[in-house]
Amino acid sequence: MATVAADLETPSFLTSENTLSSWLLTRDHKRIALLFFASITVFFFVGGFAATLIRLHLAMPIGFLQPSIYNRMFTMHGVVMVWFFLIPSIPATLGNFLLPLMIGAHDLAFPRLNLASWYVFNLSGLVLLYALIMGGVDTGWTFYTPFSTLYSNGYVLAAAMAVFINGFSTIMTALNFVVTTHRLRAPGMTWYRLPLFVWAIYSTSIVMLLATPVLAMTVLILAVDHVLGVGLFDPGRGGDPLLYQHLFWFYSHPAVYIMILPAMGVVSELVTCYARKTVFGYTGMTLALMAIAVISFFVWGHHMFTAGISIYSAVVFSLMTFFVAVPSAIKVFNWTVTLHKGSISFDAPMIYALGFVLLFTVGGLTGLIVATLALDVHLQDTYFIIAHFHYIMVGGTVSAFFGGLHYWWPKITGRFYPEMWARFAAILTFTGFNLTFFPQFILGYLGMPRRYYAYPPEWQPWNVLSSAGASILAVAYVLPLGYLGWSLIWGRRAGPNPWHATGLEWQVSSPPPQYNFARTPTVTIGPYAYNTEDGSYTAQDGTVHA
Amino acid sequence: MPAWIPFWPQTAATSGVVVNTLFVAELAVCFLILVLVFGMMLSFCVRYRRGSPASRTHPVQKTWKWEIGWTVGTLVAFLALFVWGAAIYIWLYKSPPGDIEIYVVGKQWMWKMQHPGGQREIDALHVPVGKIVRLVLASQDVIHSFYIPAFRIKHDVVPGTYETAWFKATETGQYPIECSEFCGTQHADMKGEVIVMEAAAYTRWLAQPGSGPSLAQQGEALFRQYGCSGCHGAGSTVHAPSLAGLSGSLVQLQDGSTVRADERYIRDAILLPENQIVAGFPPVMPSFSGQIGEDDLLKIIAYIQSL
Amino acid sequence: MPSRTLHPEIQYRTLDQQGETAQLGMWVFIATETLFFGALLFVYFLYRRAYPAAFAQAGKDAVLWCGTVNLVLLLTSSLTMVLSINAAADGRRRAIAAWLVATALLGFVFLGVKGYEYYADYADQVVPAVNFMIKAGEAPVGELFWVFYFVATGLHAVHLSIGLGLILYMLRRVRRGDLSPAYYAPLEVVGLYWGFVDTVWLFLYPAIYLVGR
Repeated sequence: MATVAADLETPSFLTSENTLSSWLLTRDHKRIALLFFASITVFFFVGGFAATLIRLHLAMPIGFLQPSIYNRMFTMHGVVMVWFFLIPSIPATLGNFLLPLMIGAHDLAFPRLNLASWYVFNLSGLVLLYALIMGGVDTGWTFYTPFSTLYSNGYVLAAAMAVFINGFSTIMTALNFVVTTHRLRAPGMTWYRLPLFVWAIYSTSIVMLLATPVLAMTVLILAVDHVLGVGLFDPGRGGDPLLYQHLFWFYSHPAVYIMILPAMGVVSELVTCYARKTVFGYTGMTLALMAIAVISFFVWGHHMFTAGISIYSAVVFSLMTFFVAVPSAIKVFNWTVTLHKGSISFDAPMIYALGFVLLFTVGGLTGLIVATLALDVHLQDTYFIIAHFHYIMVGGTVSAFFGGLHYWWPKITGRFYPEMWARFAAILTFTGFNLTFFPQFILGYLGMPRRYYAYPPEWQPWNVLSSAGASILAVAYVLPLGYLGWSLIWGRRAGPNPWHATGLEWQVSSPPPQYNFARTPTVTIGPYAYNTEDGSYTAQDGTVHA
Repeated sequence: MPAWIPFWPQTAATSGVVVNTLFVAELAVCFLILVLVFGMMLSFCVRYRRGSPASRTHPVQKTWKWEIGWTVGTLVAFLALFVWGAAIYIWLYKSPPGDIEIYVVGKQWMWKMQHPGGQREIDALHVPVGKIVRLVLASQDVIHSFYIPAFRIKHDVVPGTYETAWFKATETGQYPIECSEFCGTQHADMKGEVIVMEAAAYTRWLAQPGSGPSLAQQGEALFRQYGCSGCHGAGSTVHAPSLAGLSGSLVQLQDGSTVRADERYIRDAILLPENQIVAGFPPVMPSFSGQIGEDDLLKIIAYIQSL
Repeated sequence: MPSRTLHPEIQYRTLDQQGETAQLGMWVFIATETLFFGALLFVYFLYRRAYPAAFAQAGKDAVLWCGTVNLVLLLTSSLTMVLSINAAADGRRRAIAAWLVATALLGFVFLGVKGYEYYADYADQVVPAVNFMIKAGEAPVGELFWVFYFVATGLHAVHLSIGLGLILYMLRRVRRGDLSPAYYAPLEVVGLYWGFVDTVWLFLYPAIYLVGR
């Protein structure tokens, strides 16, 4: 092993090799993370473009888009944002980059599988782009039957195939993460010494592995029914349209937890570091992550309370949904109380993290409102639901993603971003977001259904407020593109541990060397060993820092 | 832009009042929790900001007591709301027998209402105030959703089966009907109006000319036209179940189970007879799947229900 | 030819760790496939419960002897696969290759029988969307049985073909001397996959061929 150790004293992973093929054929999890980052950024702006058109159109009771174009816009927005941005966002970028570093490994268990996952992801993106360019799909991201199988004139098959292929990428990445966490932890890195981000990625990956295959089968038989017209979901031929909904939501409800669990992991890292304090209730936090992952499989029926399911199964699903909120609530309280007797600074990542806690709380509480059966009868398929899930997915996940991006930016690139611009963008995000989506709660209770390209004039004021907020949010999301790009060339250089954080990833250079560690570290202590009283901290490899 | 900006919908039915109360109560609980979280966060951020003089000694180490405490507390509050919501839902979704029964057929992109007396409306629903109106919902094509925001009621309208909904309007006036399940290009145009009238005005509306024979009468004609009377009629030699008094009764099936003969059963018996053979009868009834449109099916069922 | 000296990849300390991890990876993959086929079987049983008579009627046209021969072929091929892995533990290179070839042959014959069966199904006019004809006394909803039949056996055949590819790839690695008694994890991983392909057929066989009999 001596020869291997000498090879490990290499230059940073960014500069070690510079050819195109050294990037496109890389096995380095850090480079693959950046490849994924490039792909999801493209898709974020594709989905964002659709959202821009939607909010511009909805600023007027009857907007400028043809109905069939509007319907294709909200479908594209949903499909792109769910499968091509939110689901891969934190896992495939931050997860890929940080998991081996955080556990003290030189790479993931299956590096070639990791690269293959990126290529499969892009292939699925190409298939989707084909569907979009050829004319798009208008079924909504949920592809409900029999509209999608018998009545839609959109490119349902291509969109379904894009989702099918995308699922392979998800499964490949999740498999890699689960196996890596089980097998490649450094000596001394027991399960209960893992950073919460690792626990979050692990629990997310379990959900991905168990839920995505069901989606794969669902879109496959959807495609068979659509192309061959065999009547699987056609009531006129003995099929059951509701069966499709059960199958779809059996995956898609866990999918929303796939989108939020990694974000929760990021927030735990940020809050502890910027409050200089260990997390309140570490064990509770790990159990909460796993509990959310498990219970998430038992609540799918809450998307179907008005669909015609049995009243008694609806009651059970509602109860389970209340239960799944419990571990989430535990996490919110624990993050908040972590701040108690901390030493808090308000760097941009912390602003994103605190924003996450508030916005996620609103999203979660409104989730309980719609989990309440009688209220869901009124609110289902209205803008209340749209506001609810955007508070979680955008107010929650996207905020956490940006927070993590800023936090680990010095580690990944070796450069600092300009702090004042970043704080401004974070505050602008929070403001623009609330202005965009809070009015939608009001519109929902007023009775405005979703997926409506036109609405009565008395609802216009709230829609205008929402669109105004969206324009602010757009600026807040574009700003980082500018200053993060700027920082790559002109940003102040960063040392190994600019935030004085305790994780193993901060004990190597910024950017990290190609194989992460010259020698596999030995872990002697759990995460977040910050001492608030004298400002010192103990890194996970046991070294004490003043 | 209108001068008056609405932020609370009209409430015009008994269901609306009940749902409003629950909603306000739940909003209050949510608001309390949000204030708690935000308040704690704000106060900690101020008091423990870096460089502040507040004492950081002895941070809380043992956490289980707190965690279990606030978990149980909030869980109890929310479980109470769950029970309340479930109770209302069961009340809302178990349609009681109505004073009036109206058939609603959704199709791309309109709502067709059929009153038992034969009156037909498109995208409008005239009902009397203060009476329980029971709706039987059917779809001719894709899944729609029948939604009256002012009454806080909604039910998806699924092809291949019947759903029911009910309401008791408490205020006269006109209230929008929306379609709340995406059903194609003109989904946003699939709207209508419920017109709630005083009893006298409603009676006058019912009696207007041009309504034609009642649903059941039209159904009788269809019953003969489609050949149903050939087996189920009085002089038939085929051993087929009698339909007199069928509606609402309990039917014994061949596999030993019993089922109540509601609209859904009658519809399935016409379209997929081989699935539910009545005990003691041969499985010879042909399927009418694909042969009878939703409108006609409703009329035949209305006729059978009148027997 | 002597075995080549293999080093573990950079992220592994020992070859043993690498081999164990590869096997864990295959188990996890099999778990996802269980949910994939499981979802299909679930839908199948749901519709079978809804239309028991129609499914039993439709199932009578399934070619029982083809399904049974295929069951025997696959079970035998699992045996030969295990024998190949046993040989690897002992380092008997010719035996490894021989048993692998046997496994692949059995797999190819399976595909041949399946192909013949599809031809027979076509002649019987039970192929949905292609030439499906409702027989006298059968309910139209029986077509759903045949939709499941073709989707399930089609997917199974795809997975089996991938397995054949993996076996041929293993043969190449064996010839190159990549395996030794100290490290034959790749073969074990392929063996696991092949076992999964066999197990799927164990579930499909009664669902397709024994319904209503």
